[in-house]
Amino acid sequence: MTDAVVTSAAPRKRSKRARPRPDGWAWTGIVIVVIGLVLAVIGPWIAPHGVGEIITGVYAQPDDLTTLGGDVLGRDLLSRLLHGARLTVGVALAATVSGFLLGMAVGFSAAEIGGRYDDFVTWLIDVFLSFPPILLALIVIASLSSDLWVLVGTIAVIHSSRVARVGRAVAMNIAALEFVEVARARGEKLTSILVREIWPSTIRPLAVEFGLRLTYSILFLSSLSFLGLGIQPPDADWGSMVRENMNAMQNDAFVAVLAPAFAIAILTVGVNLIVDWLGAQSGRGISEELTK
Amino acid sequence: MLKLIARRMFLGLLTLWAISIIVFLGTEILPGDVASAILGQSATETTLAALRETLGLNRPAYIRYFEWLGNILSGDLGNSLTNGMPLDRIIGLRLWNTVYLALYAAVIAMPLALILGLLCAAYPEGHFDRGVSSVTVFFISIPDFVIAVLLIMIFAVELGWFPMAIHRPRWEDVFGTMDKTFLPMVTLVLTLLAHVVRMTRAAILDVLKQPYIEMALLKGASKSRIILKHAIPNAMGPIVNVVALNLGYLISGVVVVEVVFTYPGLGRLMVDSVVFRDVPQIQAVAMVFCGFYVALNIFADVGAIMANPRLRYAK
Repeated sequence: MTDAVVTSAAPRKRSKRARPRPDGWAWTGIVIVVIGLVLAVIGPWIAPHGVGEIITGVYAQPDDLTTLGGDVLGRDLLSRLLHGARLTVGVALAATVSGFLLGMAVGFSAAEIGGRYDDFVTWLIDVFLSFPPILLALIVIASLSSDLWVLVGTIAVIHSSRVARVGRAVAMNIAALEFVEVARARGEKLTSILVREIWPSTIRPLAVEFGLRLTYSILFLSSLSFLGLGIQPPDADWGSMVRENMNAMQNDAFVAVLAPAFAIAILTVGVNLIVDWLGAQSGRGISEELTK
Repeated sequence: MLKLIARRMFLGLLTLWAISIIVFLGTEILPGDVASAILGQSATETTLAALRETLGLNRPAYIRYFEWLGNILSGDLGNSLTNGMPLDRIIGLRLWNTVYLALYAAVIAMPLALILGLLCAAYPEGHFDRGVSSVTVFFISIPDFVIAVLLIMIFAVELGWFPMAIHRPRWEDVFGTMDKTFLPMVTLVLTLLAHVVRMTRAAILDVLKQPYIEMALLKGASKSRIILKHAIPNAMGPIVNVVALNLGYLISGVVVVEVVFTYPGLGRLMVDSVVFRDVPQIQAVAMVFCGFYVALNIFADVGAIMANPRLRYAK
């Protein structure tokens, strides 16, 4: 997982056989992410209790009824974690995917069309990039409420400016290639050029970006929820679970805080392990991505 | 070079202006306007209309925008809706608290991060490098509030070494306040450290790939000489960039950390004003934060220009 930067220095063969298989760390990441996705789908169904059901004492110790004990109101901690999985993973994934679609549409079209349009888009991206993401989110939430779709949309917009910048740079190189030239001469429409000619060639370089954006979505959503401005009660994602159970720490019920906190940490570390491995493949490690 | 810097500053001002539009419009699309926020539940149509009239909310948005911009430029930030106090006093107080915390963290994190990054780049793929990389990937991956919670759990609750919440830092007693603000500082340092170490390492390794480094190696220069004399001067630009960008990153870190430790800084003020929908306060605090952010970005670019010998002389 650490050779992201150094391997990029060495020339790398592009044949299929030379592509190394995932190493131990990458497999760990893949397993974690798959478990996360599965829990997001089936979590609420396999949860033993409802999300708002009060069934035990405040910060009750684990017993036959509750596997992990109770939370701040005496709800089942495990059930809430399982329900939260869908919100945390679902919102993060939805935000990342829509941010990517928007960013790619803007970035690719800027690269393909060029001229004034490109200048304007570049300027717009720069303005958005010089806006601290957390402030943008706070302002939007202040004016539109913490509705689920507002959260998805806000995080998506934050992503899109960064994706557009990277996507534009990648698409610039591809738009100059012969096969795109041919497509243009053949009279293909703009959307067709963007989707059928440019997009397939950008998948590999943009895969790392997708992983990084996904981690960022999870961290960002969790932080917003932790601040009390993300997912609103009685629903809870893992970030808001840390928030509502904060005073468990003075009541010796550390698990109520630690369980959701570790759930977030494990998931994001898992995604980053895959990103690091993918980055080593394409010669773009986390460090290089961060410096952009 | 001066021309380049002046150009960069002008662009910065332009960005700030664009940001002010976003901030104003963002807070203007509020479904209920400021009037209904002030009156709350007790609002009737007549009182609402009367208050809108006195606040001048009936005038077109662009006029109010320029009025607001003019007021900000002349230093008048308006009053808070929550407690009616003038915002420049509230923000002034909070700003210094945040600056204290941010400086405290930066002064410790930056030199440490640069040294660690340098050591990693000097022996890439060694035990030290691998160890540091694993730890930093961990700290980059976990949210800062989780770090804060873990620190509180261990050092405030279990060991009782530091307080859980900090009510007021005291500039008169800088060193006495340092141990009270130790945990928030460590939280910020850990997140900053992870990013800066990785970026510094990447920046120096990038320079070490250059042909002239190979030349230095071939002529028999020692490793320390190569890094100190040949690599660092050229890595300076990217490193200054990294430092400035991460100070900007401190902004989002500060918001979360201040809330966890109930520290009376600007970040918590921002979150509180969002909770109470205190529009003038949101606008003012957002502009202060953005001002800092843009200034840091300009500083990063100017630093890169100054550190790059090729840009130092005007063509």
